[in-house]
Amino acid sequence: MVTNISLQEKTVLYLNGVSKSFDGFKAINNLNMMIKPGELRAIIGPNGAGKTTMMDIITGKTRPDSGDVYFNNEVDLTRHSEAEIANMGIGRKFQKPTVVETLSVFENLELALKGKRRVWDSLFFTLSAQGRARIDDVFEIIGLGPRRSILAGALAHGEKQRLEIGMLLVQSPELLLIDEPAAGMTDEETAHLAELLKSIAGTHSVVVVEHDMEFVRSLNATVTVLHEGSVLAEGPLDKVQKNERVIEVYLGR
Amino acid sequence: MATTDTVSGTALSGPIVVKLFEEKSTRWFLLAIALLVCVMPVLNLLVPADSAFHVSNYTITLLGKYLSYALLALAVDLIWGYCGILSLGHGAFFALGGYAMGMYLMRQVGDRGVYGDPLLPDFMVFLNWQELPWFWYGFDQFWFAALMVMLVPGVLAFVFGWLAFRSRVTGVYLSIITQALTYALMLAFFRNEMGFGGNNGLTDFKDLLGFDLQSNLTRCALFVITGLILALAYIFCKWLTLSKFGRVLVAVRDAESRTRFMGYRVEHYKLFVFVASAVIAGIAGALYVPQVGIINPGEFSPINSIEIIVWVAIGGRGTLYGAVIGAFLVNYGKTYFTGAFPDLWLFLLGGLFVVTTLYLPKGVKGLLVDGKLAKYFSRSGSVSKTSTEGV
Repeated sequence: MVTNISLQEKTVLYLNGVSKSFDGFKAINNLNMMIKPGELRAIIGPNGAGKTTMMDIITGKTRPDSGDVYFNNEVDLTRHSEAEIANMGIGRKFQKPTVVETLSVFENLELALKGKRRVWDSLFFTLSAQGRARIDDVFEIIGLGPRRSILAGALAHGEKQRLEIGMLLVQSPELLLIDEPAAGMTDEETAHLAELLKSIAGTHSVVVVEHDMEFVRSLNATVTVLHEGSVLAEGPLDKVQKNERVIEVYLGR
Repeated sequence: MATTDTVSGTALSGPIVVKLFEEKSTRWFLLAIALLVCVMPVLNLLVPADSAFHVSNYTITLLGKYLSYALLALAVDLIWGYCGILSLGHGAFFALGGYAMGMYLMRQVGDRGVYGDPLLPDFMVFLNWQELPWFWYGFDQFWFAALMVMLVPGVLAFVFGWLAFRSRVTGVYLSIITQALTYALMLAFFRNEMGFGGNNGLTDFKDLLGFDLQSNLTRCALFVITGLILALAYIFCKWLTLSKFGRVLVAVRDAESRTRFMGYRVEHYKLFVFVASAVIAGIAGALYVPQVGIINPGEFSPINSIEIIVWVAIGGRGTLYGAVIGAFLVNYGKTYFTGAFPDLWLFLLGGLFVVTTLYLPKGVKGLLVDGKLAKYFSRSGSVSKTSTEGV
C-alpha cells in the first residue's frame, strides 16, 4: 500500500508514512499525501478517519509518532511550534468557528493581518494604510463590512465562519487548511464560499476537509478519501465515488 | 472607519498618547487621584487639628496603604483581567518588593538600633551573627534597593513564568502552582537562617533617605508619591491594554489556540505581561512597607494573595479602574469591620465574594457603568460605549 512519493517535484505539503496513536488507537496510520502549489484539495472521510488529527500534525499542535511532514520540500514541520508554522505561511480554520468574541470584527482581522508578531512589534503597532486597505478588501470578500464595529461574539454562526475565513485571508498564508467551512452556512453562503475557495486556489494552496458532498462537488477538486488514518482513494470526485471500497466504508451507507 | 473608532472603545484613531486620554474613565481616574493627593495632605498639614476638616495622620497612613494595595490590584487585573492568568501568588511579588525596601530601611537604622551595632541589624546581633550576609550588601544605597525592588520580583516572575508558560501550564494548574510559590516563600522567610528576620520580619525603621518616617511631612510625602506612582502605573497599564499588545492579550484570554495559529508566540506575551505585573506588585510592596512600618513573612501567606483576587473581582476585572475601586472598597470594609465586628469580617469577605461571583460578574464597575444603576449616574450614550470593553 505504501506509495513512495519522490521529492523530485515541487510540493507545498508532503506527508510520508505519518503515524500517530492515542492510547493505542491509531488515529493516523501510515498516511501519505502530497499537495502541489496552487492546488485545491478536498478531504473527505467518515468520523474518526483522522482528518482533524492530520490538521493538528501539519499545524504543529500534535507531534506524529513517525513519518515526515515537509512544507515547500524543505521545512520539517514536526520540528516547529504552532506559531512558527503559522508564520511560515500555513493558516488554519477550525471546525468550530473560532474568533476572539470579545474583540470587534475589525480588531479580529487586524490581529490576523500578516505582519510581525513579536511582543515588541505589537506594543508599538500602528495600522499602515496598506494594512487597512487589505482589511477593507477582505471585508469586500467576506461581506461583513457593515458589521465591522460590533463584537465578534455577537455574530451569527455563519458570519463567524466568514470572519474566520477572512482572518485566514488577511494572514495571506501559502497554504490554507480549512476544516468543515460549510457547517452552519446557508446554501447561498456555501455557494459563495465555494467560489471564494476556487478563486484563492491557484495563488494559494487550499486543503478543505468537508462532509457536505454537494459542497465538495462544487469545488471541482481532487478528492482524498481518508479511512482509519490512511488514504483509501484519491482522484476526481466522480471516480472516487465509483470506487467500491469507498462505497463500502463511506458513501454507500 | 469613523464608526469603528467610536463604538469599539479601543479606538483606532490617532497616536496612542491621544487615545490614552480619549477614554472618559482614564480622565476621571486621574482626576480622582490628583484630587486625593492634593487635598488630603493640605487637610492634614495646614488645617488645624481641632477643625472638622482636619485629616488625621492615621487616615493619611491608612489611605497611603490603600493606594499601595490599589497598585497591587492593578498589577493583578493586568494579568487576570486582560490575559486570563489567575495568579494566586501575587502577594509574593508584593512581599519581595517590600522586603527589598525593608532591607534598605534596616540598613538606614545604622548604629541607632537597640544593640547599637553600626553594621548589623538588631535581629542579626540577637542571633549572634558576626558579619553581614552577602545578600545584604548594597542595600545601604537607595538606588540599589530601588533596583532590587523591581529586579527581584521581575526575575522571579521571569523564571517562574518561563517554565510555566513554555510548558503550557494554564488555568487551575497555574493558579495552584502560584499559590505553592508564595507558600514556599512564606515558609522560607519564616526561618531565621534565611537572614530576613524570620518570624518578626523587618521593623523599627527610622528614616528613608534621611527623612524621619514618623514625621507628618514624610508620611504625607509617601502618600503623595504612592498616589503619583499609582497614576503612572495606571497610564502604563492603559497604554499596554490599548495597544495591539493588549488585544493580543485579550485574544490569548478568550481563544488561546486561535492566537497561536495566527502566529503569535503566546508564551512570550504571557511572560512579558506577567513580569510587568510582578514588577508593579514589587513597587507596591516597596511603597507599602515604609508607610506600615513592618514587613514580615505573613505577607507571603496564600490568604493575602487570594484577597487580592477578591478585590479585583469585586471591583470588576478587565477595566483597571475597577481593580482600584475594589481595593479601596474591600480594604475600607476590612478596616471598619475588623474594628467594629472583628469576628464577622472573614465571613463577610467570603459572602461578598460569593455574591459578586453570582450576581455581579463584572463587579462594582459592572453595577455602576453597565447596569441599571448606570442610568441614574450617566447621561445617554456613555453606557453602550463602555459596555463593549473586555469582560
